[in-house]
Formats: sequence, C-alpha cells, structure tokens
Amino acid sequence: MKFFRSHVLVSVDPQCMEMGAREIVEALNTELADWKLADEVQILETSRIGDPARFGPDLVVYPENVHYASLTVDDIPYLVEEHFLKGRIVEKFRAQETLIVDEELGAPKAKEVRVVLRNCGKIDPHNIEDYIAEDGYRALANVLSGLTPEQVIDEVMRSGLRGRGGAGFPAARKWQLCRQVPDNPKYLTCNADEGDPGAFMNRRVLESDPHSVVEGMIIAAYAIGAGMGYIYCRAEYPIAVANLNIAIEQAREFGFLGDNIFGTDFSFDLEVRMGAGAFVCGEETALIASIEGRRGEPRPRPPFPAVKGVWGKPTNNNNVETYAVVPQIILRGADWYAAMGTEKSKGTKTFAIAGDVVHTGLIEVPFGLSLREVIFDVGGGIKDGRQFKAIQTGGPMGGCLVAEHLDLPLDYEALTAAGSMMGSGGLIIMDDETCMVDIARFFMEFTQEESCGKCTPCRVGTRRILDILEKICNGKGTLADIDRLEMLCEEVAKNSLCGLGQGAPNPVVSTLKHFRDEYIAHVVEKRCPAKVCRALISYEIEPACTGCMVCARNCPVEAIHGERRQLHVIDEKTCIRCGICVQVRNFNAVAVLS
Amino acid sequence: MPAVKSLEDLKRIREEALKKREIKTTESRVQIIVGMGTPGIAAGARDTLKEFLNCIEEKGLTDITIRQTGSFGLDAMEPVVKIIIGNAAPVTYGKVTPYAARQIVELHVLRGKVVEANLIPAEAK
Repeated sequence: MKFFRSHVLVSVDPQCMEMGAREIVEALNTELADWKLADEVQILETSRIGDPARFGPDLVVYPENVHYASLTVDDIPYLVEEHFLKGRIVEKFRAQETLIVDEELGAPKAKEVRVVLRNCGKIDPHNIEDYIAEDGYRALANVLSGLTPEQVIDEVMRSGLRGRGGAGFPAARKWQLCRQVPDNPKYLTCNADEGDPGAFMNRRVLESDPHSVVEGMIIAAYAIGAGMGYIYCRAEYPIAVANLNIAIEQAREFGFLGDNIFGTDFSFDLEVRMGAGAFVCGEETALIASIEGRRGEPRPRPPFPAVKGVWGKPTNNNNVETYAVVPQIILRGADWYAAMGTEKSKGTKTFAIAGDVVHTGLIEVPFGLSLREVIFDVGGGIKDGRQFKAIQTGGPMGGCLVAEHLDLPLDYEALTAAGSMMGSGGLIIMDDETCMVDIARFFMEFTQEESCGKCTPCRVGTRRILDILEKICNGKGTLADIDRLEMLCEEVAKNSLCGLGQGAPNPVVSTLKHFRDEYIAHVVEKRCPAKVCRALISYEIEPACTGCMVCARNCPVEAIHGERRQLHVIDEKTCIRCGICVQVRNFNAVAVLS
Repeated sequence: MPAVKSLEDLKRIREEALKKREIKTTESRVQIIVGMGTPGIAAGARDTLKEFLNCIEEKGLTDITIRQTGSFGLDAMEPVVKIIIGNAAPVTYGKVTPYAARQIVELHVLRGKVVEANLIPAEAK
C-alpha cells in the first residue's frame, strides 16, 4: 500500500462547497504537485469538520492534527509551502477555537449495556461518515435490499421492542395497525418533546447520534408505508434541533432520504418541527395538532393516530429511543435484542438519574435490573452517606417507590404493579432530608402549570389539589383536607382527557400511600418531619455557640442577636426561615426544629 | 457526494470512513522527525525525507509517522533527523544523507541498533 506521510481531510460539506471548498481542493492538488509532494501527502474529502458558519472552509492535517479554518484559495500556496514543504504550522490560518470533543458520558459503568447510547461521545454527530463507519445505514441497506415491510415488522415484533415513550405499547404492533389502515398517504412522527423534569435521555441521543434516529425512522417508514415524517423536537433543545437538521441534510445528500432510496422505488423525507415549550405536546394527539400548526391540545381517542393522525391521515408516532434502537435490531437480529431484559420487557432502557445520588447522569441498562442495583451500583449510592427514602419513576406523572420496592426489577409490569410507571425514564432519587408532601406539591405545581386547560377535571382539579397541598405545607391543613385530596385525585385521574391529567395525581396518591404519616404530622402535629416546609420549622441557637458572629452577620433580616463571644438568640418573629444561618454555621450551633 | 445506490456503495463509503478515522486516531510507535528549515533543505533534507518514504513503502512498514519540523539549530549537522521509538528517549542524527536514512530504518527502526556514525553527540546539541 502506498505510504503517505501526511493526510489532509478537507470538509466538502455543502456549506463549505458554497464557500469554495472545491477550489481549495484543486489548489491543494496543484500546489502539492508543483512542490513534488503529491505522492507524500494525501488529500481526502470528508463531510463537515467544524461549524461551516464559523470555520468554513476548513481542513485538518494529520499526523499533526492541526485544524486550519476560514481558508481562501489564495492562502493555499503559502500553506503548502510552509506546512507541507517546510513543516511549519501556519498559526495565522489555524482555527481560533479547538473543536469540542464530546466526552461527557464517560466509559460505561458496571452493569451498563449501551445500545441506544453506543455512539454517543464516540462519533462526530455532524459527520455522517463517522456514523457510517459504525455500520450506520447498513440496517437500512439490508432492509431495502431484501426484506418486505411485513418481514421488518416481524423482526421488530420478535425482538419484543416496546415503545419507549412511557406506555410501553409493542412498537411493531403499532406499526402493523398503521400499515393495515387502508388510507394513504401515511405519516411518521417522532416524539422528541422530552419534558419531564430531570430527564434528558432523548436529548443526548439527538445531540450525539442523530443519524440513528433518522435511520430508525426511515426503516419504520418503509415498514408502515409512510412517505413523510416529522420529528417534533422541543425548542429548548437548540443543539438537538441543529444536529438533527444537519443529519437530515447529510442523509439527503447521501441519498438515504428523498426519492428512490438505495435505488429502490421507496421514497421518504423528514422534517424537524419545533415545539413551543408546552409539556402537553408530548401527548401524541396534542403533538399532532402542534405539527399541523394548531394549538397544542389533546383530543379524545379513538380515533387513534394510527387511523387519523397528521393531516387526518394514518400516522405512527414513536419516541426517539424507540426509533434509535431499530437499526440495531435489524443489524444484530431480534434474538440478540430479545435475549436482554425480562420476559415482557426486552432489551435495554436509558435512564436519567437525578437527585440525591452520587453519580447523576445518563445510564443505559438492560430491563430487569433491580432499583437497588440502579441506585447503589450504577448510581453509586446516596449522596453524603445519607439514607435512601424514595425514588420517583416515570416523571411528574409517575409515582414514588420506597425502600420496600428496592428489589423490584425495573420493567414495565413491575413498576405499574407497584403503583408507579416506567415513563420515559427519569429517575429522581430522594434522601431522608426530603419532605414527601413538599415533593408532591412540587410535581403538582409542574403539572398544574402545564395543564393545557381544555378539560375541566385537569384544569380545575390540578389547581385545587395544589391549593390543598400548599395549605398543608403552610401548616393550615386539616384531616378533612387529606380526605378531600384523595377524592379529588380519584376524580381527576378518572375524568381527565389525556395522560397528563390522568397521571397528574400519581405523585400525590403514591406519597399518600407510602408516607401518610408525614401528611398527618403536617396537619395534626403541625410539624414537618424532614424539616423542609418553612411554615412548620424554626431555628434555634444551641449552647455550643461561641459567639463567633458568623450566622448573625449573614442573616439577611438581622434576626440573630447577641454580643461577641456570648450565646446568640434568633428572634422567631423576624426570622424568615431562609436557612442561611445553617449553611454558614460553625460548631453545628444552629439547629432546625420542627 | 453522489447518492448511495447500493450496498456496495455503502460498504465503500464505510471503508473510506474507517480509513479516515484511523488517520485521525492513530498514534504511531515510531516517529521520524525531519528538520526542514532552510539550512536543512539546502543540505538535502528533501532527498532524505523522500528516502525515508521510499524505505517505508518498500518494506511495507506500518505504525510509523513521518513529521517535519523547522530547523533543530544544528546547521553544521544538517540534515538533522530525530527518531522516537515508543517511550524511549529521542535519538538525534546528523548529516543524514539518503544512504544514512536507509541505514537508520534498517538498523535503528527495525533492529533497535543506534547508527553510531551519524549520532550527534550530546555535547554538540
């Protein structure tokens, strides 16, 4: 094989081409030939290197790994003479910023199996060739060159893949239903409106490996017979939207999107639609309304989107993660996928771990791992050596689980049976300093805010539930309030139009079930056992006080009095219970009472 | 970029992509650094560099990087070449003619024996 001492990767991204990348390649060839360097230095064309708007046209020289940016044809003779003939790096052409390499995710932790996240941090999301190097679009090629749509559906069916959006409906079953509807054209939508507090599994995939979602969608479109697809991504994810658009453009350029994909008569195209910040648009009928440009409100089902979806036509809607895993199932086989997980929940699932745990962040584990393994082995245990109290699964519409559930396997059925749900995969872990009434209030505040207002049970019900919770947190609750809370929760769950209202009472119901004593303490004893609810706590300075003055100096309302080197006191009437004195205290001399 | 029309097209692009990635990530065991300042070029460093390239190609050697650098500041010794193998201390050679370049590859790179005749003594550096 010919040995080249140096390789030049020139970006021939469409944007760079407009800025003259072709001329630069030609100039490089001419100059290298002039200096008789053509057989020492190899020029390779590649897709995007840096952001063309800031760096284009650009190239990288190896082995030095020097990134030259914003080049013009006139720069090339000097560049070739200096760099390739004399071996001097030309600082003035060098990119001012270094390219960011995505390393946030780190190596897989023990018990992690990365299928969806396999490429995250490993490939350049802006470069389709990097994805192709990881066997990207190979599954699509296999599908289009040998499988019928029915065979694709069969394969996915055998893999046991279930929708990753939360409900866990078998993905292939959904595809089949949509395929069987005798109406055309058909549409495909991807739900990338990830909005649960603390959940960012989909964002990570969209930002770091957008092509896997694009490829999965093309395969699904082929299986269903759809000609057009929309990725509905929330506007709060600007990098995800940008990377998706780049990926779609590159896929079109390579002929993976557009007419006659892989020379077959199958045609499909994709567009990104941005949400405007409404949580309810993650509900499929609201999502479809928003894609069509209407107000993002859910409607009653049936008819299901598989019958009447986007523009009143049959539509298949899946989550980002569901689509992203499809190419892997095709490539590695349904059996490989079905070998992971539990009897009814196959494969792996990404989770975002947040809250009072040592290693917060993203993980991907096979279904069936116990909550204990996830929290203590993968998550590294509870922060600051504190005790585990509860875990909220399934986001704000999910429920909390407690210590007795720690050995539950993580799968759809087990979580539902325990009164919570899988949801999209947000796990919020709480330690013993968390007040469960306050947590219920926090989630209720979120859902109440996000209720679209279309149906009365959700619009009024969530508001009333929140009112009662606030009353209890403020120490003004009564036992009758708890009864009223239970009644309201039942009605809201039963009568709401969509999943948002139906799930909204879950945090209240589950905290009432597992932590009723805390509610009772709030209303009867007017005490917050976790010492969180401000109206129910007070601060006191203990005899350990040396009169160091630090708490007194930091008190924003000057509620702490006393002479230097004398025991201080807190004036309860002035104190606003901000807790700053506890944060700054010396000698543990400030105590929280409840 | 022409549209991908078949599995063969895709495979070809994949091969190319893998090669590009290899170029990006490879850290070679052997590094040959040739001083290409004006004195070096005047003393024939281009021919030396060429000879290194020829040698590597003839013998089909892998895991080698050839880099250029500016003048080492040893004008009397030009062309100057530095060899770094693995974690060993760099060895600097002077008056590396194409003939000496071939010897360096044969003896030092392949057999690990320093070519004494062209070695620049420590005190000269």
